[in-house]
Order: sequence, then C-alpha cells, then structure tokens
Amino acid sequence: MGVKLLLAKAHIEGIRSYDVYRREGGYQAVEKALKTMSPDAVVEEVKKSGLRGRGGAGFPTGMKWSFIAKPEGVPRHLVCNADESEPGTFKDRYLMEHIPHLLIEGLIVSSFALGSNNTYIYIRGEYAWIVDILEKAIEEAKQNGWLGNNILGTGFDCNIYVQRGAGAYICGEETALLESLEGKRGNPRIKPPFPAIKGVWDRPTVVNNVETLAAVVPIINLGGEEYAKIGVGRSTGTKLISACGNINKPGVYEIDMTISVEEFIYSEEYCGGIKNGKRLKACIPGGSSVPILPANLLLKTAKGETRYMNYESLSDGGFATGSMMGSGGFIVFDEDQCVVRHTYTLARFYRHESCGQCSPCREGTGWMEKILLRLENGHGKMSDIDLLWDIQSKIEGNTICPLGDAAAWPVAAAIRHFRDEFEWHVLHPNEAQVRNFGLAHYADPLQVPAGA
Amino acid sequence: MAEETLFKVTIDNITVEVPAGTTILQAARKIGGEVTPPAMCYYSKLQGSGGKCRTCLVEVSKGSEKDPRPMPKLVASCRTTVMDGMEVKNVTSPRVQEARAGVVEFLLINHPLDCPICDQAGECHLQDLSYEHGKEGSRYEFQKRTFKKVDLGEYIQLHMTRCILCYRCVFAADQISPKREHGVLDRGDHAQIATFIQKNLHNEFIGNVIDVCPVGALTDKTFRFKNRVWFTKPVNAHRHCDKCCGEVQLWLRGDEVFRVTARKDEWGEVKEASNGKTGWICNDCRFEKKNLADWVIEGPTNVNRHSVIAQNKYVGLVKPTETFPAIMKGRNPKLLMDIHSVSEVNKPNIHLSQLERPAHSTDFNQ
Ligand SMILES: Cc1cc2nc3c(=O)[nH]c(=O)nc-3n(C[C@H](O)[C@H](O)[C@H](O)COP(=O)(O)O)c2cc1C
Ligand code: SF4
Ligand code: SF4
Ligand code: FES
Repeated sequence: MGVKLLLAKAHIEGIRSYDVYRREGGYQAVEKALKTMSPDAVVEEVKKSGLRGRGGAGFPTGMKWSFIAKPEGVPRHLVCNADESEPGTFKDRYLMEHIPHLLIEGLIVSSFALGSNNTYIYIRGEYAWIVDILEKAIEEAKQNGWLGNNILGTGFDCNIYVQRGAGAYICGEETALLESLEGKRGNPRIKPPFPAIKGVWDRPTVVNNVETLAAVVPIINLGGEEYAKIGVGRSTGTKLISACGNINKPGVYEIDMTISVEEFIYSEEYCGGIKNGKRLKACIPGGSSVPILPANLLLKTAKGETRYMNYESLSDGGFATGSMMGSGGFIVFDEDQCVVRHTYTLARFYRHESCGQCSPCREGTGWMEKILLRLENGHGKMSDIDLLWDIQSKIEGNTICPLGDAAAWPVAAAIRHFRDEFEWHVLHPNEAQVRNFGLAHYADPLQVPAGA
Repeated sequence: MAEETLFKVTIDNITVEVPAGTTILQAARKIGGEVTPPAMCYYSKLQGSGGKCRTCLVEVSKGSEKDPRPMPKLVASCRTTVMDGMEVKNVTSPRVQEARAGVVEFLLINHPLDCPICDQAGECHLQDLSYEHGKEGSRYEFQKRTFKKVDLGEYIQLHMTRCILCYRCVFAADQISPKREHGVLDRGDHAQIATFIQKNLHNEFIGNVIDVCPVGALTDKTFRFKNRVWFTKPVNAHRHCDKCCGEVQLWLRGDEVFRVTARKDEWGEVKEASNGKTGWICNDCRFEKKNLADWVIEGPTNVNRHSVIAQNKYVGLVKPTETFPAIMKGRNPKLLMDIHSVSEVNKPNIHLSQLERPAHSTDFNQ
C-alpha cells in the first residue's frame, strides 16, 4: 500500500461532518500554522515540500506563492479553482464530496500564508450538491472558530465564499475564472499582467487547484521536508488520479508517485486490469488535453525504461513519445475503441468550449471537428490527415490561453501515433462503419499483468 | 518633468527609439511600411482592445539587452511592450508569415466573402489583410456558419456573418457611448455580437461602432447600398456641434453627401480632433446632416492607406513608407512588376478627385 495523505481518512464514517473530522485530527494544521508559524514560514514550508500544482500545469506552488505582489494597503486574495471540467478528471469532486473539511483547512492555512482575508472557491455549476456540502463545512468551521475574525486569537481574519460557475470549461483557466468571479463574461485575460500582480478586481491573487490546497494540510502537519521524501525527484507527495475507461475498477486513487503505470493499470489495488479480459490499446494519462499514448509507449518509454506515474516519467520523450501528468484524469482504452472517433469526440468538446476570443482557436477547433467527423463517417480523404496536422500546428502556440494548445495536442498525438488507423478509415470507409480498427503494432509487446 | 526613458528596438533590421511602455506594434507603426504588422482587433484609442485576432503576431528573436533570450512563442505585438535592445522579426520571419497566413485562413473560413454586395468593400481591413497576407485559396470544404441579419434600429445594420469578433464595437460602446446595450453572446465559433433580446442601438455616440468595425459587420443604414465607397470622394469638413468635435469626413458624389464618418489616420483609426480632444462624432453629425449646406468644407482628405480607395488618384495621396531597402540591409530587389504603369489600365495621369462627378470609363478612354 502506498502512502495516503489526502484520502487516508476519507472513508471514516461521518468524516464529512466537522466533529468527526476534528476528532480524527482535523484542523491541527491551522493551529500549528497560525499559532507557531509566520506567513512566510508557511510559504517556506510549501517551497521545501516541492509541491507542484495539481490543476494541470504542475507549476511549483511555493514559488507561485512567493511571486504574489504585496503593495501597501491593497487586499490580496486566494482563489480555489474547483471548476474541474476536463474530460476524465473527477478527483476534486471526490475530495470535496467526501472530506470537505480538508479543503477548508487547507484554504485557511494557505490564506494565512498569502494574507488573504477573503478567499473564494470557484466551483463548476454542475457540482451543485457539492456547493451545499462546502457551505455546510464553512459554516461549521466558522462556528468552531476556524473562520471569521481574529481566528484563534491570532488577529488573522478569514472568510471563505463559494461561487458557482455556469458550466463553461474555459472558466477553469485561471484568468477566465477571475473574470467570471468578477461577474463578467469568462474570457481569458491577456497576460501579462499575471494574477499574482493583478488578479481579481486588479488585486494580487493566487489561483490554485483544490487538490493543491488540500495538500498544504499534510505539508504543514508533516513538515515540508518529510513531505518531500514521499515520491521521487521533483514529483513529491501524493497525487490523486481519477481513473476511467475500460478498466475493472474505475475511481479516484491516491498514489505516491513511485508506482509504475503498469502497476497502476493492472494491480488489484488500483485499476484492476482491463475489463472483460481485453487488451490495452491506448491511454490518456492526464486528462483530455494531454497527448494520447499507445500501449507500448505508455508502459515503457521510447528508451525501453519502465514508465512511472509521476511528472517526469510521464513526460519522458516530450511530445514525440511521451505525454503529461496533467490533472490526473487517467483514461484507458481497450482494443475495441476507435481512436478516430475518440479524437472527434474531444475535438467536439474543445470546439464547444472555446471562448471564441482568438481566431485560431475559435475557427480552428470547429474546422478540426468537421474534418474528424467526415473521417469517422467514412467520407474522409487522405489529404485530410495532413490538413488536420497543419490546422493543429497553426493553433498551437498562437492563442491567448492554453485551451488552443489543449485542443491541438490530442489531434496531433492521435495522428502521430495512430496515423495508420486514420488511413484505414479513408481506405476502408464502409468497413470502418461496421467494425473498429482494433490493435496494431503499437499494442506489442503486450504486457502480461505482472504478478496479478 | 523626469526625462522619458527611451528604449531601442529593432524590427526587421530597422532600429527605432520609443518611450518605455510602447508596444511592439506602436514602435513598428513609427517605422511604417511593410514592417508594421496588420492589426484587426487592436485599436489604440480603445482601452483593453487587442490580443484577440492574432494577425499581429511577431517573433521576438532577442528579448532585451539584459536578457537576450528569444521568446519561445510568437507574441501579439499589439499587447507586448518593448524592452531595451529587443529584436523583433516580422516580415523577415518565415514563422510569422506562416502563422499569419494561418490566421488569415482561419478568419476567412466562415467569412461569407460577399464583398461584391458589402458596403465595406474598398475600405475593409479584412480585404487588405487577405490580399496582403493570405493564400490564394481556402482548404475549407464545409458549409460556412451564417447568421440572420439583425436590424439594430434606424441607423445601424448588423451583419453578424461578416463579423470577426474583434470586440472593438463592444469596447467602443463601453468607452465612448453613454451606454452599452450590445455585447458578445455565446462562445466559440457560435459566439455573436448581439443585444440579447433584440433591441435598437441608439444613443448619441453609438454610430462610432461603425467606424471601429474593421469589416462590414456594422454598417451605416443611411448609406447602405447607396454607392461604392470608391465612387465617392472624401473631403474634410466641419460644423459647429455642441455634442462632438464636429470634424468629419464627408463622402461626396457631386454635391450630394452620401455618408459622414469620423476622420481616420493611416491605420484606419479615428484621429484626434484639431483641439486635441477625441475625434469621435455624434449621431447627429453622422446620420442627420446630409446637406452640403450643413458643413464647412475644408478640402479633399489625404488618403494615405494602401486600400482600394487609395488606388484612385486622390489629391494629396500619401504613399506608405518604402521600407524595403532598409529591411534588406541596403539591397533593393525588384519584387513586383508595376502592372499599372505597364498596362496603364488606370491612366495614372487622370486625377479622379478633380472630376466633379464619379468617374466613368469614358474618362479613361479620352
Ligand atoms: C482551458 C483550461 C481549463 C482549466 N481548468 C482547470 C480546472 O478545472 N481546475 C483547475 O484546477 N485548473 C484548471 N486549469 C488550470 C488553471 O489555469 C491553473 O493553472 C490552475 O488552477 C493553477 O492551480 P495549480 O497551480 O494548483 O495547479 C485549466 C486551464 C485551462 C487552460
Ligand atoms: S485559446 Fe480559445 S479559449 Fe483561449 S482565449 Fe483563445 S479562443 Fe478563448
Ligand atoms: S461587429 Fe465589427 S467591430 Fe464588432 S466585433 Fe464584429 S467585426 Fe468587430
Ligand atoms: S491586433 Fe494584435 S491580436 Fe489583433
């Protein structure tokens, strides 16, 4: 069993309520931080922990915190990003639903570190019931003196507010989120200025993911150095992975980042292998925006080394032969899945979710969707494949926010690794309507579940 | 007053000095000519504009004197400020040319290309852009997105199908008209300029949205289908107006005032008025003063942008700066044959602005 820090107590009966959470050692991190540490010391501890943002980009959290501007007399804000709308990602939901006080505790400590007296949780509108859970938790925390004015007699004031989004993926992008939080249309801002200088209402702001902020609790409890001992290299601590697709046990797993991808997919402790005894074809290891990998490149890197479930190993090989940890949305495909259809589905998603501000993303995503649909329906041409490649390359890097890249990468990776499947769709249009391409060389050598 | 810090920036091998805080685009405009990236959404007089259309992307090959590292991605020159010693590549960067051609293709895939029936034709920035930076054909083979025409009241017509979502009209309504009643509805390629529940746009300064619109999406209903812009003659005129500066451009045919617009500079932006105040004009001046007697004529407008209307021989035509030898470090290869001087189709010796009426082929065939 790997180390569990976030979900270790998530299964205790009643942990959602304040009393049980407190009895199980909850809010000790707030006590420790507020009573015995200075805000800067908390930031220092988070730096030492090596914690990296869990929202997708993996930016070192301590460093991000130290960038926040501190102009005299201007309030600062912490904003928790609970918009979680990336296809395949549902880890924050699990955390907030089962152990909401962990997030609230993390928010209080982090607000203290950053000097945020008014902290916001921006949550996707579809998580309507979780809003109730969070508001109840906030109310309980307030009644027990963990929120409000002069917390624990330290003079530190903190309030937490929950703001619901209205169902746009783009509002998870941090500057779009801030616009939306201000009550405006959720268009990403043009950076610079960065939120650390001018964020919500032009005040210095830090935006962090739910899991990132929850991880601050074990960091304070254990100390940054102890936390950093879990994991390997620059992948410290534990990571929540939401696993879905053709596996026996979909769900949210907390891993310490030392296990191999193979172990994660095939061991009984985690995904429990591919469903119905089928074979593994491909996998998107970090949410819909990261490159898809064929089975052979997933389990082993191009150099033939075992691939592990951590930031460095998943991105080994760059975009040519690697992928990314992303937000931890682990989507597994078995031999019956069609990569063209899947790529079309993602393209449709990104087209629908583009905010429409910049021309390459607004027009390019729709164009890619149309071509992919044509290919999937057997009306495609060979030249469509190169055209798709060209379109994605003209979107990537040329847009305001990373949604453009996120729309381009899945298409690029699918063509890069599964070009033969696209060509098969063109050459066998009728057959492609009745059966799937199945496996090809990229599923060799097939892994026999190790020790399973 | 503290001395202004000047930064040296080199764009396509041409160096200029500009005050700190200047954007790459504004620095390039100072040089002029080919070196200036096209800008479809940026509008220097509208706060917050720019960054959206991505036509002005440039390559920063050297960040600054202090930190010479190049910027990994192309950047929007309209929203990136210069650093001292920065080196920028626009026309000299194949990457930029590629990306820009891509942007132009994107902007056109859903554009109706209905220039023959569009009032903006002849002074349309999208026409200029696709002519100068686009490819000959499109690879888009699907049905284009269309919208119904929207009537925004007695003055303004919205032809959403032509819109490139530059947001300029939104900023303009916000910043220079008393009240903004339209905005962007929905998102992605189904986003549209709309008033939500269909409303008329009418307040004193709302007519300016027509002037800021780079394409034919917002047009002047009092001028719709009345004439092609290149058959009308622009003259500067003014009147006493207590709402706006009253300094305008009249578009005449004979003695008839076909259209009134604000005065624009060579980048297509509304100019400052002579008293240094803003040059935006009110609806009265724009829509209601269509008699020559309403105006004091100052003389022909200097047309100094290279769009179709400039092809006519207006008096005082200012040619765009010729930067080629400088970009090529002294070399000046002849790239294009000057077809007009070879074929003489347009009889360069005939000055249209000196005719009392629109030109006809008989004028050329004399
Ligand atoms: C289109 C788009 C959607 C995003 N959605 C989310 C999201 O739902 N949740 C999240 O935490 N981060 C999301 N992000 C990443 C955020 O912009 C930001 O990087 C993150 O909240 C920073 O938190 P972290 O440093 O704790 O990871 C998204 C980014 C993009 C470009
Ligand atoms: S990349 Fe797409 S989502 Fe991001 S700002 Fe541009 S249009 Fe909007
Ligand atoms: S209507 Fe014109 S000004 Fe307004 S967003 Fe569209 S193109 Fe821009
Ligand atoms: S003018 Fe710079 S992005 Fe549009």
